[in-house]
Amino acid sequence: MHSDAFDRYHESNSFVHRLDPRVKVIVTIAYILSNALLPDGAWLAFGLSWLFLLFANALSNLGVGFTFKRSFIALPFALVAITVLFSIPGNPISTFRFLFWDLTITDMGLLRFESILIRSWLSVQMAILLVATTRFPDIVHALEHLRVPTILTTIIAFLYRYLFVLVDEVFRLLRAREARSAAVAGVRAGGSVAWRGRVAGNMAGQLFLRSYERSDRVYNAMLARGYSGHLNTINPHEMRRVDYLTTALALIVILLFQLVGRL
Amino acid sequence: MHYSPAPLHIPDGFLNVTVSVIFWVITVIMIGMAVARTNKSLGEKQVPLMGIMAAFIFAAQMINFPVAGGTSGHLLGGALAAIVLGPWAGMLVMTAVIAVQGLLFQDGGLLVMGANIFNMGLLTVAIGYGFYRSVMNKSTGTKLAVAGVAAWLSVMAGALATALQLWLSGTSNLQTAVIAMLSVHALIGIGEALITVAALSFIFRTRPDLLGEGSASAEGGRGWVMAGVVISLIVVLLSPLASADPDGLERVAIDMGFIDAGQSAPYQVIPDYTLPFLGTTPLSTIIAGVIGALVVLGIAILAGRSLQKTS
Repeated sequence: MHSDAFDRYHESNSFVHRLDPRVKVIVTIAYILSNALLPDGAWLAFGLSWLFLLFANALSNLGVGFTFKRSFIALPFALVAITVLFSIPGNPISTFRFLFWDLTITDMGLLRFESILIRSWLSVQMAILLVATTRFPDIVHALEHLRVPTILTTIIAFLYRYLFVLVDEVFRLLRAREARSAAVAGVRAGGSVAWRGRVAGNMAGQLFLRSYERSDRVYNAMLARGYSGHLNTINPHEMRRVDYLTTALALIVILLFQLVGRL
Repeated sequence: MHYSPAPLHIPDGFLNVTVSVIFWVITVIMIGMAVARTNKSLGEKQVPLMGIMAAFIFAAQMINFPVAGGTSGHLLGGALAAIVLGPWAGMLVMTAVIAVQGLLFQDGGLLVMGANIFNMGLLTVAIGYGFYRSVMNKSTGTKLAVAGVAAWLSVMAGALATALQLWLSGTSNLQTAVIAMLSVHALIGIGEALITVAALSFIFRTRPDLLGEGSASAEGGRGWVMAGVVISLIVVLLSPLASADPDGLERVAIDMGFIDAGQSAPYQVIPDYTLPFLGTTPLSTIIAGVIGALVVLGIAILAGRSLQKTS
């Protein structure tokens, strides 16, 4: 596997791509915070928030619908919110029987449920856009500028850099298990659950040892290349005037959503 | 990419701002302590090691095994990280894993990342290390058994915390969330326990020196044991209470002013809401919880013994 298998970055030279990573991180978090702060059923504000997202998509040269394609990733989690349909008091909309329960959907419950889904759907798209327009090392660097402790950003940088190497190891282990797990079609194969768990555990232990031993080699190789405990970058990351302006403008617009949503 | 999202990662939008901020504050304080401790005790060489260990946890979460009926068991890794790396380093490693999952793969949100780190990174590490620390000088079999129980409990603690956060945010009904989360994770936790015990026993057999190193620098021993025990007690006592007598917990939340902060609408019990497989009194479910924990302990001891024999 290649290192870019994990990369969500889409190369382009658009306005959004050229923005300083700090700007994108701050605006993304402000946007997600704003969505979380909007009251239930603030349809106009949710709509404007969506237009903001489409506009950001368009500015990124990736196409207006770019983030839409991957936006349903958080949908399975909606299951946990289903209970609000029935548990919030309001005017009943419909009642049905499910196993042992008589369930009544209320209008307030429906409102809450829809609002949760919309907040989640908008927020996840902005996060997708962030990683699609910013290289991951640049995001880590932005976090460093935003006062995230260096030890943490360094761990994250290493995690990102070596993840694909270890995932390759996992694939090798999985392939080896597959190759040794002959089975006749239609006949139950493999031992008990405990046995299968033990095999998986041995694989995890094996992976641990390989990772541990590799980290020694990695460290020595880095020392040989002049590592001094800090990861340097040739990208200067300087805030230009357009970065400041964009940040200010975006934050004002996001603030307006709050005004619209609360009127 | 074979990366499949795990059910404990809360996406943005499912927790309200108050709950998100409270858990960010707790998480930032804990990470701050962890950073201070690790900066003091670790050399420059340890940082790349921790980075690769973080990649290891991330990759190890992809190792799965079929359990039954199409579901598969896999690792969350908090307890394992705590036992192998020590508590503070374990917390930083788990934080890095959850941060990358949220930032890069959108598995878990950004505003709610504080809560996600708390559930999967801090609770799991505290339980995993606390339990393991209490049997540091015992036989390998005991250590493995206790590690198994700790792994199971760490998943349950994470699941309970997730359910409570969802309820405080008004996203989910308390009783349903707690029962659903805990019953699913009682099974997932068994997978976690099996893999953790087997991985540890493998490391014991091949490189016991790696685990010895961690115990030599036992940081703040007693405190961790206490933290692990207290959190587990809360899980064992609170979860039956929440699932059998939600009004009681509701009452506490109202008294503490949580409910206003968290929920805009009060809770209403669905008519005829009964669950046949759980008793109606809190006492019977507490007993059930204790029996469940004992069963897991028994399984873990047996597994530990059999693993020791094969080694």
